[in-house]
Amino acid sequence: MAASAERLRAPLITPLTLVLGLLAAVAAYFVVQRFALGLGAVTNINAGYPWGIWVVIDVVIGSAIGCGGFAMALLIYVFNRGEHSPLMRPALLGGLFGYTLAGAAVLIDLGRWWQFYNLVLPWHMNPNSVMLEIGLCVMLYVVVLWLEFSPAILERLGWTGWQRRIDGIMWLLIALGIVLPFMHQSSLGSALIVLGTKIDPVYQTPFLPLLFVTSALAMGWGVVIAEATTVSHSFRRPSEHRLIVRIARVVGWLLLVWVAGRFVGLMVRGALGGVFAGSAAAATFWVETALALFATAVCLSPAWRRSEPLMLLAGLAIILFGALYRFAAYLVAYHPVGSYSYAPSVPELTVTIGIIALEILLYLSFVKLFPVLHATRRAPAQA
Amino acid sequence: MADYAVQLAEALGPDPDAPIRRFGTVTRRQLFRFCAGVAATMGLSQAAGVRMAQAAESPARPPVIWLSGQECTGCTESLLRAYHPSLETLILDLISLDYHYVLCSGAGRQATDHKHKVMDEYRGQYVLVTEGGTPMKDGGIYCKSGGKTHVELVREAAAGAAAVIAIGSCASWGGVQSAGPNPTGAVGTHEVIPGTTVINIPGCPPNPYNFLSTVLHLLTFGRPPALDAENRPRFAYGRLIHENCERRPHFDAGRFALEFGDEGHRQGFCLYKIGCKGPETYANCPAIGFGDVGEGSWPVANGAPCFGCTEKGIGFDKPVHALATLRTQTPPSVYPATDAPKGEGLSPGAAALAAGAAGIAIGAGAMLVRDVGRRDKGGEA
Amino acid sequence: MHTRREFLTAAGAGGACAAARPAEAAISRPPREMPPAAVGMLIDSTLCIGCQACVAACRDANGVEVEDTPFALAGWNAARTWDTALDLDGRTLNVIKVWRDGTAEVKDRASDGFAFAKRHCLHCVDPSCVSVCPVSAMRKDPETGIVSYDPDACIGCRYCTYGCPFGVPQFDLAVPAGKINKCEMCRHLQAEGRIPACCDVCPTGASLFGPVAALQEEADRRLAAAAGATTTFPRGDIREDRPRHEGVVPAYLQHTFGETEVGGTQVRYLSAVPFANLGLPTLPDFAPSRLSEGIQHTLYRWLAAPVLAVIGVAFLVRRNRIRQARDTGREL
Repeated sequence: MAASAERLRAPLITPLTLVLGLLAAVAAYFVVQRFALGLGAVTNINAGYPWGIWVVIDVVIGSAIGCGGFAMALLIYVFNRGEHSPLMRPALLGGLFGYTLAGAAVLIDLGRWWQFYNLVLPWHMNPNSVMLEIGLCVMLYVVVLWLEFSPAILERLGWTGWQRRIDGIMWLLIALGIVLPFMHQSSLGSALIVLGTKIDPVYQTPFLPLLFVTSALAMGWGVVIAEATTVSHSFRRPSEHRLIVRIARVVGWLLLVWVAGRFVGLMVRGALGGVFAGSAAAATFWVETALALFATAVCLSPAWRRSEPLMLLAGLAIILFGALYRFAAYLVAYHPVGSYSYAPSVPELTVTIGIIALEILLYLSFVKLFPVLHATRRAPAQA
Repeated sequence: MADYAVQLAEALGPDPDAPIRRFGTVTRRQLFRFCAGVAATMGLSQAAGVRMAQAAESPARPPVIWLSGQECTGCTESLLRAYHPSLETLILDLISLDYHYVLCSGAGRQATDHKHKVMDEYRGQYVLVTEGGTPMKDGGIYCKSGGKTHVELVREAAAGAAAVIAIGSCASWGGVQSAGPNPTGAVGTHEVIPGTTVINIPGCPPNPYNFLSTVLHLLTFGRPPALDAENRPRFAYGRLIHENCERRPHFDAGRFALEFGDEGHRQGFCLYKIGCKGPETYANCPAIGFGDVGEGSWPVANGAPCFGCTEKGIGFDKPVHALATLRTQTPPSVYPATDAPKGEGLSPGAAALAAGAAGIAIGAGAMLVRDVGRRDKGGEA
Repeated sequence: MHTRREFLTAAGAGGACAAARPAEAAISRPPREMPPAAVGMLIDSTLCIGCQACVAACRDANGVEVEDTPFALAGWNAARTWDTALDLDGRTLNVIKVWRDGTAEVKDRASDGFAFAKRHCLHCVDPSCVSVCPVSAMRKDPETGIVSYDPDACIGCRYCTYGCPFGVPQFDLAVPAGKINKCEMCRHLQAEGRIPACCDVCPTGASLFGPVAALQEEADRRLAAAAGATTTFPRGDIREDRPRHEGVVPAYLQHTFGETEVGGTQVRYLSAVPFANLGLPTLPDFAPSRLSEGIQHTLYRWLAAPVLAVIGVAFLVRRNRIRQARDTGREL
């Protein structure tokens, strides 16, 4: 695998990276303000909405978008589709920053961040808490992601000894990299079960963990589809469309089953009426369903999936679908006790935008610094 | 204001500091000052005070017949103890108190004859004041004067009265003797003469100021002041004691005396918990004091919980230790509502930022799809 | 008044719960029992006169500052004379709110009436906040059943706020180093043998402290009494011989809120207007943490499933990687 990747030979600093850096710097200013003055000074979260977009977009959605590495590993190593391995490292890199910055966002959002290490102190642990599982699992997964990606860095540094050592345990890292996201991505769904009637019946179901982990998987593949197309197009590299189409077939069926399962679940629970209630939760439900069905149609239609732009659109639709599903479940379908409303403040939005900008900036920098992208045939293979 | 100044100067006349002969040593300026105070008590304008002073000074003083039933003379005593300048002079000269069995110089038949003479002479013009309850049981035999029952006396006097005022809680609704088991069947004056409007000045004893103000209002305007559902003048009984009580901040802050003589009681805390009826009693005691014995002096100020003497069914009926039922028109407007909307809305800046970010993302996505589409076509071609 | 939609939504939610119950019950962990010596409060909205003595006493007893809500007039409340808290927040762990309808003329009447609502922690028998806290900062005392908070353990994730069915635990967002603020039933006073400050000062016994069993007995007595009859109400601590006060039995709704809601609470309410009007949510009897814990412990029992999954996946990965290397090698 190492031999088949190369770094992108392009200038590190471009107008785009400058803009992204500026956005990240503005966000950093507000992050400093948050630590100096408190959460209330920067965010609009309140007694009714203790979790705002920093949790929902930066962590819940951010980590799901980072599921590319997990989704590709599952495809390549478990379902034995070795032909997809050229897409592995880019996907891993996306996940690396998705998760690392999600972890950073958690630290920014934690009210008593200086005590976060209590999570790993056994005498503080509460085994009943879904949050404990998510916290430990994400921490571990971030380490696993860095180790999984480390060959790319070691290769560039020429530290072959370490590279061999990591490669020796790579099977374990990959296995952890598949199981851990399964655990915490499902737990991000379980986290809402305890809210009971505070979550709209359209979204509240004991199958939330299943719906969350499968949609995270779909998002992971959606990210890979969009990412591969975008990168190959933007950097004028050969198309990976042949590989993408195969992923599309898998993700198409997955989404179809997902949408059907959700409907059946609502019917079984007698909550199907809620989707016709004209509520905000019903609206997001239909938009999600429409996005998922659009993506399914593109992915499963042999004619449509041959089209690169349509496929890209489908990939984006899957990401949007999963993001909206998470956003809706955590904020739209959430009914606070009391007549509370929440809308993010400007600094709050700025931090979230800054984190996304930083993610893109780091991704762009890493593909230029380290061998990530699939080596083109013209490039000489590096031993 | 200029009009009022002119009016006042005219009314005061050229020599305001000379004593008015009828009022003994009282000067016109003093009379005006007193009437201005009365007007203020009733919430009337300063001009009304001038009109009152002029009415009081006018030679045609209305005769007053004061009947005493089942009473303790507390109301009269209270009136006599009013310390405002020459009040006793005023009450005697302001009105022509033609019959009052405590204050009459004459006695027995002489006094009764004078009463009848006035009642005949000023029929339809005199003011009847009743003090004390009226026993109705067994033909009203439990209270007699001059061989007649009090019922008969009240009905007889009320027939020719221009106005009837019941002074004190006993005259208003029976008072202490009407409390269970009410052995004499005592009732208030308005029940003795149904169909006649009786102005009630309840209190045990009532504040003389409230009585005087009502009389001056009658004199000046020829009609009673605005009355509430219990026929009490609104100017005096329009507000709950609780509303203006000087101990109210303690109530609001949760500082209560728990028993007589405890630390809270000594600190002057709220007396609600030891049975103060302020929250269900309408009277102006916290504003003008009690019994006109001096400003800031009234039961609650002295550490005794209000027992609700001006309130029918409270004073003499409700146990002193029983908690008051809080009477409020509506809940306080400053309290947070259970369904009050809270939380920040979407600010224009945040909306613009979010829309901008979404727009850039959608725009970038659309451009990307378009470019990929072009390349796709190019590749196929 | 409830709109038709609210009614339908509630009916739908109820139906959903009912339909899913057997399956949920199978996976849910058993309900928690109330400790035998559990203490709590009985809050009778009809007795509350809205004096806010409990709010002031609570601030005093717990050392939380008076809420200083910003207002257009600068310095209007500089002396902090007025408590302007609108709801439970990072500095308010007890608040008296008012519900009004129409002209709000008569207390405890559902139309054109008003009622006072005391809001603070209900000390659930099966508390969600204790279930969700990753670092055990929220604990339920095994004897008294008091749900307490430990700031030294708390990481400030605010999952307790998000998960509480009553919206009680609140993080102080106004300071850099905030902490969760919630009623702990004045456990520091109880340790000295005193009773919670709010119940201590309540002039009418609207907040009554005592063992939950005794309080429920008292609640049942009030519900059984005929409306309009004269009765006496205890004050302070139901076990103490404080002077009771005489009053008239109001037209109670025949339900003690908290007797069954979300598995029962130790603070219970009586009211003459719908509990929803007092800001108390309509909740099923099922504690949702039973289901979330049931699912979580089924998936993670002895961590067997994840460990087995890692072993299984690792085996597959190892095998497939070797195969792929061989294949690629052949290709190359």
